[in-house]
Amino acid sequence: MYLIPSLIMFGCGVYGFITRKNMIAMLISLELMLNAVDINFAVFNRYLFPAGHEGMFFSLFAIAIAAAETAVAIAIIINVYRVAKKVDINQITKMKF
Amino acid sequence: MDSIGNVIMYFVFALAIIVFSVLSVTTKKILRSATYLLFVLLATAGIYFQMDYEFLGATQIAVYAGGIVVLFVFAIMLTHKPGEDSDALTSHRRAMGLTACGLGVLVCGVALFSFMKIKEAVELATTDNYTIDKLGTDLLSNKGYLLPFEALSVLLLACIIGAIVIARKR
Repeated sequence: MYLIPSLIMFGCGVYGFITRKNMIAMLISLELMLNAVDINFAVFNRYLFPAGHEGMFFSLFAIAIAAAETAVAIAIIINVYRVAKKVDINQITKMKF
Repeated sequence: MDSIGNVIMYFVFALAIIVFSVLSVTTKKILRSATYLLFVLLATAGIYFQMDYEFLGATQIAVYAGGIVVLFVFAIMLTHKPGEDSDALTSHRRAMGLTACGLGVLVCGVALFSFMKIKEAVELATTDNYTIDKLGTDLLSNKGYLLPFEALSVLLLACIIGAIVIARKR
């Protein structure tokens, strides 16, 4: 039952990740996908194996790793913006400035 | 999922998640997109609370809604002019995205609904009162979570240093 909003959230994440050109918007879509996966971990833990807590720990670790990943990605994006003055993936074609 | 209030809250959270995640990927303004992401994350925390995972919900609010969204807003403020719209999508790109998203949702949805028919009346087992001190004891005892915990702390340290090194002014 909780899987339906999580499924739609994941679909939105996929759609946004493919269609968006802004790097920060792509990162937001990535967060949506990660969040849907976290919900799935917790739901499967709660409904199929209510005695254990493995899914909850997985979600906890996934949240922490997502925070780390977002921090590094935003640092990279800000650095790219400082060098190239733009954040659209179509306009950033050079790997080395 | 017993009382009527629980059902109403479930529908509120599910509707919030669906509407705001669709809005978050379709809106033109990037700052609005981040705001809708905040609402999605808060509704997710509500779902965690509903499943009796209080610590997980609190972590979701503290880390995601309190940390990551603020980080997004900072990055958007630093890299965008205010009131700037993103470019219109090309139809080719939109068709590609819709195809990928639709196929994925279709496959997963069919699997989900065929599974749901079997386990229609699955009852939520009673919660065994998993308090935070029990969670902390599990996290730091020999239950197998100590190594990921320590690896995660090293990862966070590396991430802090890496973010500073990448983003500092030269």
